[in-house]
Amino acid sequence: MAKLASAFVSRLVIIIPYAWLLFFFLIPFFIVFRISLSQTAVAMPPYMPVFDLAGGLSGIAQKLREFSLDNYVWLTEDALYFNAYVSSVVIAAISTFLTLLIGYPIAYGMAKAPRSLRPTLLMMVILPFWTSFLIRVYAWIAILKPEGLLNQFLSTLGLIDQPLIILNTNWAIYIGIVYSYLPFMVLPIYSALEKMDLSLTEAAQDLGCTPAAAFWRVTFPLSLPGVVAGCLLVFIPAVGEFVIPDLLGGSETLMIGKTLWSEFNSNRDWPVSSAVAIILLMILVIPIVYFQNIQAKADGEGR
Amino acid sequence: MSKLIVATLTAAVLAGSTMLASAQERVVNVYNWSDYIDDSILADFTKETGIKVVYDVFDSNEILETKLLAGGSGYDVVVPTAYFLQRQIAAGVFQKLDKSKLPNLSNMWDMVMERTAQYDPGNEYAVDYMWGTTGIGYNVDKMKEILGTDEKPNWDVIFDPEISAKFKDCGIHLLDSPTDIMPSALAYLGLNPDSHEQADLEKAADLLMKVRPNIRKFHSSEYINALANGDICLAVGFSGDIFQARDRAAEANAGVTVDYSIPEQGAQMWFDMLAIPADAPHVAEAHEFINYMMKPEVIAKASNYVFYANGNKASQQFLDKEVLEDTAIYPSDAVMEKLFTTTPFEAKEQRVLTRLWTRIVTGQ
Repeated sequence: MAKLASAFVSRLVIIIPYAWLLFFFLIPFFIVFRISLSQTAVAMPPYMPVFDLAGGLSGIAQKLREFSLDNYVWLTEDALYFNAYVSSVVIAAISTFLTLLIGYPIAYGMAKAPRSLRPTLLMMVILPFWTSFLIRVYAWIAILKPEGLLNQFLSTLGLIDQPLIILNTNWAIYIGIVYSYLPFMVLPIYSALEKMDLSLTEAAQDLGCTPAAAFWRVTFPLSLPGVVAGCLLVFIPAVGEFVIPDLLGGSETLMIGKTLWSEFNSNRDWPVSSAVAIILLMILVIPIVYFQNIQAKADGEGR
Repeated sequence: MSKLIVATLTAAVLAGSTMLASAQERVVNVYNWSDYIDDSILADFTKETGIKVVYDVFDSNEILETKLLAGGSGYDVVVPTAYFLQRQIAAGVFQKLDKSKLPNLSNMWDMVMERTAQYDPGNEYAVDYMWGTTGIGYNVDKMKEILGTDEKPNWDVIFDPEISAKFKDCGIHLLDSPTDIMPSALAYLGLNPDSHEQADLEKAADLLMKVRPNIRKFHSSEYINALANGDICLAVGFSGDIFQARDRAAEANAGVTVDYSIPEQGAQMWFDMLAIPADAPHVAEAHEFINYMMKPEVIAKASNYVFYANGNKASQQFLDKEVLEDTAIYPSDAVMEKLFTTTPFEAKEQRVLTRLWTRIVTGQ
């Protein structure tokens, strides 16, 4: 009996993540994919054909023939979409790199801090989440605008005599993304570094490594899973980011989130915006799969 | 012990009766623009009719439209702009109003009804709540400093590249909405503001490309704060939003004065309409609510609060002087003749328009 129960539990443990994937990834994915094969219409919902079971099997077959890949062809015909994808990926990549540059030393410092201090430091990293994300992004407008806090501060110090124009440029977007996603970078790196056996660096130094060399040859490679996890946690949402470029960026910044918004809302073209979303997903799946591979490899070596 | 049982039973009976009461309670679910009503109107409505108002707000036609097109929104009364209403009617989103339940329709203003009938022939699906214009919000002191005149600005300050260049450093915001900006540009050029011809739209786009370097940002709501805080000098936006900016600037008392101008070359008029979704759960209550909003005293109270003109002729005697006599809210007859309305773009035309707009805004 107990055996049966434990078998059930262990099976449940496997089922839960798959059920999660099914309900929150695969089913929504197929709904969006199906819409992307339709065409717009003045109707409720605003596309044709709508897939339903009313017509029976022959009805379904009939509707399947009406679906087409036209929307995907359309995306290749106008350079706008390609440019938007490229520019989103570039902005996300630069932001991720900057986040890593700032996040790694923070995580390193936290992991090296006295054990009694760590919970406090951890709390401080998480604390900003207690304020609404939107309010924090709005706060950056007040900081970065031409008469904002930053410019006032710099001009009081006499460092600048003309206000720096940061708001409504790509720099404001980088600042916004780095600020908003920093905890997602710090936490996985911190957890990788914290688990690390300190005697390894000691051994490296005993064997003649300089501290810098010990860091690059021992500490950094061991923290790599954390670095990769952090980078993906920043890069993936940053590619599709809409709020930060909308509020902090300039009008000329082209990002796929904004393109998707205008397809969906201005053009009322749910099918084309669905196609844009599916392609975006494909772009993101590649790094996820890559990450999975690295993770699997790391786990394999760990054993 | 027996006391306890009695108490429990009484509690249970009481709970049961309140549940019954709530089952019979009449409700109307209203979905309106944010900051668009005096809350006491809703309380008065409940007092008078016993119908509870569940009030919810949105901040863009697109958000409302997406909910309506998806269906099953659960709302009984919604407030789309007439321009959007027209295609939503075509999509089958709304039900016809039962005019026998709306005796207060007699209070409405023909001037507005004639214009809204362009979107909804016979005004069968909706009645006007408020209306306004798309014009220029400006920082009064900076305007005087830069142009050296007290005159209210017209489209020249936006669309004449040499004049708008003078405002570049001070900051200009335009609505991120081709359906609002392109007709204004066409009006400046002296073309038909409601043109859907690609050639005309290209001309308007060329004009906008010339002034593009002088525009700091295209955004549909940020200008309210930006104007009020003195971060920008000029914005093309909705009249009521700019009045909000004017009031916020006055409240902050930080030396910023904002005012609104209806450009003399002509400006777009828009109408926010009360309508009932086809799948509304409380149709009778929705009619009672709309009828109540057409009472002259009630809608006057709303206008006095939000500083928008309404479509109710009989309400004008109840309006505050500062609302009725403000020509930015109730324009003079001469200006009224210059106001124009626009009609929606079909899906293909809309695509052309959005593409032109993306080119203007992003340079792509």
